[in-house]
Amino acid sequence: MNRSTIDLWVGIFVVAGIAALLFLALKVGNLATFSTSQAYQVSAKFANIGGLKVRAPVKSAGVVVGRISDIRFDNESYEAVVSMTIDQTYKFPRDTTAKILTSGILGEQYVGLEAGGDARMLEAGGALRLTQSAVVLENLISQFLFNKAAEGNETSGNEKGNEKK
Amino acid sequence: MPTDQLRADLRARLERLGSAVTGHVWRLGYAARFLAYLLMHSGTALRRFRLTVKEVYFAGVLSLIIILVSGLFVGMVLALQGYETLQRFGASESLGVLVALSLVRELGPVVAGLLFASRAGSAITAEIGLMKATEQLSAMEMMAVDPVARVVAPRFWGGVISMPLLAALFSAMGIFGGYLVGVQLIGVDAGAFWSQMQAAVDLRHDILNGVIKSVAFGVAVTWIAVFEGYDAVPTAEGVSRATTRTVVMSSLAILALDFVLTALMFTGGNAG
Repeated sequence: MNRSTIDLWVGIFVVAGIAALLFLALKVGNLATFSTSQAYQVSAKFANIGGLKVRAPVKSAGVVVGRISDIRFDNESYEAVVSMTIDQTYKFPRDTTAKILTSGILGEQYVGLEAGGDARMLEAGGALRLTQSAVVLENLISQFLFNKAAEGNETSGNEKGNEKK
Repeated sequence: MPTDQLRADLRARLERLGSAVTGHVWRLGYAARFLAYLLMHSGTALRRFRLTVKEVYFAGVLSLIIILVSGLFVGMVLALQGYETLQRFGASESLGVLVALSLVRELGPVVAGLLFASRAGSAITAEIGLMKATEQLSAMEMMAVDPVARVVAPRFWGGVISMPLLAALFSAMGIFGGYLVGVQLIGVDAGAFWSQMQAAVDLRHDILNGVIKSVAFGVAVTWIAVFEGYDAVPTAEGVSRATTRTVVMSSLAILALDFVLTALMFTGGNAG
């Protein structure tokens, strides 16, 4: 095999390899949502973030508008501070509510934004005041059991009262 | 006296063990010195780039068929097996995520690296070892041509350039195979297959780390291959032993490196 044929094959090989890398970058991973250059940061404090992870999506009305960029623990208010990177094209009012929601029963957790009615918009570095923490199953169950127990006490107490009468 | 004999026997064994250990450490040091020398003298390989291009042809282009076919089948098997498990949890739409993440993060670089080691690495060792056995390397030195710069460095760079491209082709082909089986054969929804994959695969965290892995494996495999060839005992038996050692050592190196790199890359606080 002479040299130019080798060059041709190597050229084809390199082009195919780069095409495969581009395929991986564009079609498999999403390059479009990666661009963080035109985005702004917003933070929110939650009493409990449940299983929320960095890089989890931030959704509004089900549409992905950004990603969680950082999760920290604030040692003064004993709350979790969640920083979000939101795409520059999406603007939200100042009184937007941030909730930690779960997609499906076993799905991942994400932050859902519900727009408020304020005329002023959130600025870069702004904070969301209205938040709703993640639902922790154990708390839910203990609350349920507590309520049940309280109900039981009430009914038995009433019965005792009736007996006395 | 039997105790004296026992003592002598024990001593001989300890000495053998010690010399084996020092021999391995000495060889590792020699290999590191060889790599440093190789890197310092790879100017010729980069200046006369045609030499390297020729080696890319031998290491990369001729490995294409085995890489592409293996990638296709690995992807298809992943889709079949993954579907079986995911279906139980009613999550068969996540098939694309499973196939893409396993290929891009692990199987692409590792399996492509193993195939590359046995297909191209062994060939490099055999070629350099045979050159040494037939005294072509000594002849070059006689003519004041540095065999490391002229013979070894182009092969090294050819392998290092080929490996990431082969791994990327392996992953892409595997995802295509997963698409063929998952979407065309089993009937997973094509939109969910691609969109869930795109939502889960991160460019930097998954794809770039996979590429870094494949570059690391490429360097490790070709380093071992050229060193074993250069260091081979210049006989027919020595060359065959060096070739076997290349395949064994580079496979072990790939798996060990893979564990270390995975531990470094994917176990931060934000793993997931």
